[in-house]
Amino acid sequence: MIWLHRFTIILASSTLLLLVVGGLVTSTESGLAVPDWPNTYGYFMFSFPLSQMVGGIFYEHGHRLIASMVGFLTIILAGWIWFVDPRRWMRRLGVIALVTVIVQGTLGGITVLYYLPAPISVAHAGLAEIFFCLTVSIALFTSSGWLTGYSNPSRQHSAAHKDLTLGRLTVITTALIYLQILIGAAMRHTGAGLAIPDFPLAFGQLIPPSWSWGIGIHFTHRVGALFVVFAVMATALHVLAHHRNKKELIHPAGFLILLVIVQFTLGALTVLSGKHVGINTSHLGVGALLFVTSVVLTLRVNHARLTMTSTPETGGFAASTTASSHSSLGANR
Amino acid sequence: MEARKMWTIASMMVIVLTGACGGNGGDTDVAPATEPETPAAMAFDPATAGNITGTINLEGTAPEAEVIRMNSDPVCVGERPDNPMTEYYVVGDDGSLHNVFVYVKEGLEGHSFPTPSEPVILNQDGCTYLPHVFGIQVDQPLQVTNSDPTLHNIHATPSLNDEFNTGQPIEGMTYETEFTEVEVMVPFKCDVHGWMNSYVGVLDHPYYSVSGDGGAFSLNTLPPGDYVIEAWHEMLGAQTQNITIAESETAEISFTFTVS
Repeated sequence: MIWLHRFTIILASSTLLLLVVGGLVTSTESGLAVPDWPNTYGYFMFSFPLSQMVGGIFYEHGHRLIASMVGFLTIILAGWIWFVDPRRWMRRLGVIALVTVIVQGTLGGITVLYYLPAPISVAHAGLAEIFFCLTVSIALFTSSGWLTGYSNPSRQHSAAHKDLTLGRLTVITTALIYLQILIGAAMRHTGAGLAIPDFPLAFGQLIPPSWSWGIGIHFTHRVGALFVVFAVMATALHVLAHHRNKKELIHPAGFLILLVIVQFTLGALTVLSGKHVGINTSHLGVGALLFVTSVVLTLRVNHARLTMTSTPETGGFAASTTASSHSSLGANR
Repeated sequence: MEARKMWTIASMMVIVLTGACGGNGGDTDVAPATEPETPAAMAFDPATAGNITGTINLEGTAPEAEVIRMNSDPVCVGERPDNPMTEYYVVGDDGSLHNVFVYVKEGLEGHSFPTPSEPVILNQDGCTYLPHVFGIQVDQPLQVTNSDPTLHNIHATPSLNDEFNTGQPIEGMTYETEFTEVEVMVPFKCDVHGWMNSYVGVLDHPYYSVSGDGGAFSLNTLPPGDYVIEAWHEMLGAQTQNITIAESETAEISFTFTVS
């Protein structure tokens, strides 16, 4: 079953690629370069000539092709999990992932057919992050570390799930990051990315001297960034201070610190560069990585709570690290 | 045989019912729905028509035009070896400003004008829109033509009229539509080739002009009266002027746009 886990890695990686290419579609204003859906200029999607993938079509049709591949991989994943994973909740999660990607594809089609209505575009962006979170979570749940409970004989500190402060911090941080992503999507899809053209000030002042929808949503995104930085730092430093021997927590915590610094810098550069396509799109991609890293940390902190002893028939998974459970799910470190 | 008779009878009933429900006029017991009466068009003697002519000038130095990089589509690069330039500011050597849409904004209330049946042509040639700025009347056909051996999509983003976005993957394809509401201006763009854009002014009368060489424009055969004339430029905004046309008079006005 190590192959199932490797497959989930491929799907999660493909989903990140899909997210980034989707960001390129918006950054290059190519969202309506292909006026029809699900066909492409009248062609069946997969028979559209590659030689005609020019200009904005390259991004939009490329996004559709990658989305189709991700959908296909998700079908395989859902079926694979259904037939081999004894955990009922995992089988359900596979189905949920499949339903999510279908809804996501439909939302994408609706954005084209109705000329990119902002609420639908924002929903498409928000659901993309949820789907990415699902694929990464499934990868986590099929990993050897998760299956063996991150056993560490030299562990000195108490279990992470008993650290109520950490539990709250990780959930709050994850929620804040997702909220910030939604605000960013609303800003992008209402054309407010440069509503405040200077940085770090706003029209030369700390607070914008006048307000509009665009200025409001843009400023909210900037303030939200400060909250996210604070929450990420508080979470990561708490892990470093109280759970230093737990590699499964230290690694994502350290990665969170790195990502939030990069993300904040990219956000500033997006404004200062006048929304350079590469910088703008990277900001989206790093934001997605920041979100799923926080999700991984949250899940790992709560690993013991989420894997309380029960039988596969009732949906749980025994936290035991016996050889039999290793072999049933292919958990090999 | 019985089934065939039944289908024949059913088809005849459908035809009869359709004929009874459709068509205009005829004797009915139901009074036709009342419609608001269209006011009679104001009488206008063409012999008294006047004209407005003028020029559009630019004060200050406009940003220089830049070469349009068409690298995202090799076909466009091949079609345009002449280094096409951006058209945000087209300024003559004499300081005249081209591509300014000039039209009668007010003063024609009470007049009605027939809708031309001849279509206005918007051509995609050399991966640019021709013309860049133009006018059309409400309900007049607009024919968009692809004269390039590459794909284009024609995406109009009006505020009052219906938005549309249609693809033309094949050279020679045409698309016909019309606008139903007065709107100045409706932008066009191609989402495949981001540098392509055009603007159309939709009016309910034929008195519009686009400044060309020398910044010249003309609005001909106008009924005598008081008018508000507006001049619109895609980068410099709009200006208005009041003018009165006497019978058979040709009046001159000019507009000056300033680049700060």
